[in-house]
Amino acid sequence: MAHPLRGRAAIVGVGVGGLGEAPGRTSLDILSEAVVHALGDAGLTLGDVDGLFPGTGAHFTPSLDVAEYLGIRPRFSDGSMTGGSSFVAHLLPAAMALEFGLCRVALVCYGSNQKTAGGKLVTLSRNSPYEEPFRPRYPITAYALAAARHMHEFGTTRAQLAEIAVAARKWAALNPEATMRAPLSLEDVLKARPICDPLGLLDCCLVSDGGGAVILVRAERARDFPKPPVHVLGCAHAHWHRNITAMPELVRTAASESGPRALAMAGCKPADIDLVMLYDAFTITTLLFLEDLGFCPKGEGGRFVEGGAIAPGGRLAVNTNGGGLSAYHPGMYGIFLLIEAVRQLRGEAGERQLAQPRLALCHANGGVLSSQVTAVLGTAETL
Amino acid sequence: MTGRDAAFAGPGPDALFEEGLKAGRLRIQRCQRSGRCFFPPRLLSPYSGTPEVEWVEVSGRGTVYSTTVVRQRPERGGDYNIALVDLEEGGRMMTRVEGVPPAEVRIGMRVKARIASGPEGAPVVLFDPA
Repeated sequence: MAHPLRGRAAIVGVGVGGLGEAPGRTSLDILSEAVVHALGDAGLTLGDVDGLFPGTGAHFTPSLDVAEYLGIRPRFSDGSMTGGSSFVAHLLPAAMALEFGLCRVALVCYGSNQKTAGGKLVTLSRNSPYEEPFRPRYPITAYALAAARHMHEFGTTRAQLAEIAVAARKWAALNPEATMRAPLSLEDVLKARPICDPLGLLDCCLVSDGGGAVILVRAERARDFPKPPVHVLGCAHAHWHRNITAMPELVRTAASESGPRALAMAGCKPADIDLVMLYDAFTITTLLFLEDLGFCPKGEGGRFVEGGAIAPGGRLAVNTNGGGLSAYHPGMYGIFLLIEAVRQLRGEAGERQLAQPRLALCHANGGVLSSQVTAVLGTAETL
Repeated sequence: MTGRDAAFAGPGPDALFEEGLKAGRLRIQRCQRSGRCFFPPRLLSPYSGTPEVEWVEVSGRGTVYSTTVVRQRPERGGDYNIALVDLEEGGRMMTRVEGVPPAEVRIGMRVKARIASGPEGAPVVLFDPA
């Protein structure tokens, strides 16, 4: 029997704001720009929003700060914070709240002025006192430790990781919103300044400003909106640690749990997926998630991505917006996975548009490979 | 009930760990139900979910589970190592392996703990090749 929440909520509006650089703007300014665009996309106004699912890096009480700024009085809000995965994670409580009539229009939203505020990650996050004395450079040190272990266990090479950065750049070249669109070679990635071995500068996501917003309603209302609805077929959360020292095995993430649960809820398997949107904070994250979500066997990620396999024209469409590596990455990137998936499923992706995709998998990461959230989105015909 | 009451009285596990280091002893906790050691310190065993835990002094011998070099300009102090070390008795620590250049620390390398003075004088556990 199908899961009772399968397809019950649908995305009817998406919007972005302040992508790249938005000098002089606060995170809430940028967030509200994205909200205005998403409302316009859905043909709604702020007065229609009664469910709020916000997050920023700068607010301890995001529901309160964002609702005040937007001038709304939500009937239901949830500002849970699991890092960059939060906004994909919000799909599940949003779907539940809509299904039970706790709200009628759910708004998931994010904004960040990370780049123009100085390039440092603005965060209320506090690191473990058992890690801090050794001066890890967060978050990259954690990902570097995972990459080093993956190379040790499976023979993964830096050149294979570089394939992921090159593929992202090739997709970004097709996306007018992307920040980094100039050609990039494997050699460029391998010769880039080392930051935290084995990861170099071009193994790392960008630092940008930007905001995103996603609007959901119940499935039966979704046909009445201007754009084709994109249904939330499945969503699952998993987390096994917070600090990298506590991660049981650095080569195996909780995506190996969230992925199968989300796919089971959606009633599909990896081979059915037309578009794979993976949170690529670093090249190693794309590789780990391809394995943990079942697109290739554990340890095979390096070989899987070789030869442009995830670049335009490759065997699997991954991160068609150019990802956090080449498009934009304003501190927490999760919401942009959903926005690109919706654009692709609606057929609005311009030069990078895939041929009639029906199913997209979005996988978001939070913390240091800590929070793992998988969502499966589908067009109306997948219901 | 006496064991349980004791677990929730007096200084907490962070303070007890630091007290051990200040006395020159590397003590970590062991789950009394499973016999497995764990780190960092906490009141409840991650293996049993109960406060039935005890402090044990460990050998300080361990193996590098993963390692990285944080690259830093020489004028800021130069490159340094960060490693995750699995202790022989169980439990994993973030640390720095010294005594070899940072890029020569290898996964699988056998190492030995040394208590040193960390930032602001608090004791920290570093490792050297065994």
